[in-house]
Amino acid sequence: MTDILNAFVLLANFVLIPGLAYGSQLALGALGVTMVYSVLRFSNFAHGELMSFGAMFCVLITWGLQSAGISIAPLPTALLALPAAILLTIALALITDKLVFSYYRHQRSETVTYLIVSVGVMFFIGGLIRFIIGPDDRVFADGERFLLKARTFKDATGLSEGLAIKTSQGVTIMLAFMVVAALFWFLNRTKTGKSMRAYSDNEDLALLSGINPERVVMITWMITGALAALAGTLYGLDKSYKPFTYLSLLLPIFASAIVGGVGSPVGAIAGGYVIAFSELLVTFAYKKVISYLTFEQVVPEGLVQLLSTDYKIAVSFVILLIVLLIKPTGLFSGKTI
Amino acid sequence: MNTPSDDTKKRQERNLTLFGVLVVLFVFVGMAQSWNVSLAILNLCLISAIMTLGVNIQWGYAGIVNFGVMGFAALGGLAGVLVSMPPVAASWQAGGPELLLGGAIIMITIVLAVFAASRTQHLGRWRFWIIVGVSLTGYFLLRMLVDPAIEAIESINPAKAGHIGGLGLPILLSWVVGGIFAAGAAYVIGKASLGLRSDYLAIATLGISEIVVYVLKNEDWLARGVKNVNGLPRPVPYEVDLQVTAWVAELATTVGTDVNELSSIIVKLCYAGLFIIVLAILLWLFETALRSPWGRMMRAIRDNEVAANAMGKHVTAKHLQVFVLGSAVIGVAGAMLTTLDGQFTPHSYLPLRFTFLIWIMVIVGGSGNNFGSVLGGFIIWFFWVESEPLGLWLMDVITMPLDASNPLKMHLLASAAHMRLMTMGLLMLLMLRFAPQGLIPEIKR
Repeated sequence: MTDILNAFVLLANFVLIPGLAYGSQLALGALGVTMVYSVLRFSNFAHGELMSFGAMFCVLITWGLQSAGISIAPLPTALLALPAAILLTIALALITDKLVFSYYRHQRSETVTYLIVSVGVMFFIGGLIRFIIGPDDRVFADGERFLLKARTFKDATGLSEGLAIKTSQGVTIMLAFMVVAALFWFLNRTKTGKSMRAYSDNEDLALLSGINPERVVMITWMITGALAALAGTLYGLDKSYKPFTYLSLLLPIFASAIVGGVGSPVGAIAGGYVIAFSELLVTFAYKKVISYLTFEQVVPEGLVQLLSTDYKIAVSFVILLIVLLIKPTGLFSGKTI
Repeated sequence: MNTPSDDTKKRQERNLTLFGVLVVLFVFVGMAQSWNVSLAILNLCLISAIMTLGVNIQWGYAGIVNFGVMGFAALGGLAGVLVSMPPVAASWQAGGPELLLGGAIIMITIVLAVFAASRTQHLGRWRFWIIVGVSLTGYFLLRMLVDPAIEAIESINPAKAGHIGGLGLPILLSWVVGGIFAAGAAYVIGKASLGLRSDYLAIATLGISEIVVYVLKNEDWLARGVKNVNGLPRPVPYEVDLQVTAWVAELATTVGTDVNELSSIIVKLCYAGLFIIVLAILLWLFETALRSPWGRMMRAIRDNEVAANAMGKHVTAKHLQVFVLGSAVIGVAGAMLTTLDGQFTPHSYLPLRFTFLIWIMVIVGGSGNNFGSVLGGFIIWFFWVESEPLGLWLMDVITMPLDASNPLKMHLLASAAHMRLMTMGLLMLLMLRFAPQGLIPEIKR
């Protein structure tokens, strides 16, 4: 019995908790990509940099608060800085729309044009970020590091495996849950949300019903900016803030959105967890779990790892490719916002 | 009233002016910084121009969005190692047969999986599990067989070798092999993914290129992974040999420069000569192709796929053709880059530098026009390199009134190096908005 519990705790510690946290971060990012896709109808390559932009301001404001001696320990100070960072990211999203994307919208450009334009935006914001904060690694997490320490868990339960939950992981999961709930309430229960869904469903019909497209687009960018800033900050809080990583985060996020079905918020969330858990499950070394569950004689010699951890991110690309090739509409196809 | 020939003349004059400005820029850098710097930039400009040609034939001729430039360039680079490095005999003894057998297993698994996929349609949901079963069995067999062999190879003299080495052939051959590698990969990728919508194709190719680089980074037995392969053989003489050659010393005294500097200039000129030959051949081929019925058909497909299809053109097959062709050119350029560097460094393959920057070159230069692409490759690479000193100078001027210890001034000066990403993004956005045809627009025929 203890062995089974030990095996379970081991999996929870190395797969379940990190997977939930990373999956939530991906899901929030993918939600932003999906929102832009379903209303503005293009894949936004600048989304990673938008996340990075939000996280950067969160870092800067956190530093300001820290030097002013303000803190909300045991929670990280970054949470206090988050609202301002979200507002600034929304402002950036609206400005880029006004200066760049709105022109192509009025031209009724092709999807491909948007795509290439968003690459230009990606370069610009990426440069802006490096210009402001530099390319280096920044740690801005403070407060209590662990919600639950491995040692405390071991002492309390008497198991030989420990279970640790980092504050950043707890905060990520909680916040993601709250934000997703609020988003679904907004999309399904409010008039504005319903008008957005109508617009994404059938643009012409929505226009005929008197929905103001500019307003729908504006609200979409506001939601996207907020989600991006949140996702970027949570990722930075969990790992550390480095401008470079957000470009490589773009592909797992696209993968999440596509696996779930681009345009579908439920799909984006499901996709985020699918990607996160497959990355962890495929690169997890099962040797110890097997040794808990079976007799000593059958335990194999190697680590029992499907792929080495070096290939962690590549797993998400492979899933992305498989989904694109077999079912490009994704798991939740047709259920747009 | 302009006659057509007037138009052509005007256009030619404009193009000549643009290329003339480039020459002036290189001469200026040669005078102001040094001729070595100028030539180093020129060599990379030439390679960039070739990559840009490859993307242009895909995007400009046929409207295919290939965001996997990095992967094809990396495969070309790999060819540089596998062709030119001397073979490591001990590695082949330690694990050669197993590796070959592993390759055979991969082939057999793929054939079996494809066979299973094509013959089991009537089995319903079992079909999926059969395919998964075949693939997984193959994978585990491969791992069981190859893992010890790889370990053995990687433990042989890990500081210098630890990989299978190459064939020990002249590195110039790798330019062809690199093109073949990239073309082979492009055939498989294109076969599977060219049916996708443009933005999915972009994401898919970006993902594939990341996977290629991941494999190159982590499979040490192949090309040492992140430990890099240094000291690839050269197609041109070494500086040290030139320094002791009589005519170089004579030339140095006549021109009045340092022997060391002159010899490295000569080496760079040799490279430039080789690159110019490749560029010229490709330009000639591509221009001929563009003017031929084939080019006309490609444009027809790009401008209206449905109509071209109705006229009996096999759109998917032609897309695959042009995808393979363009990728092969990128592979050639990748091999050339490895040759120029004299080393293979997988971690230097970044999408920003190898995929998106090339795209900026195509957009700025003029998609659909080969000379435009070449110009774009030159201009963008020139400013990519030179924007650092330029940015620094600009920041110096702007912050002139500030005190040297002013924190704002110090920050601005330190960040000047990152100006280039912003400049490139801005340039691309401005071009897309105000001159979407690029500096040298496509010629309407």
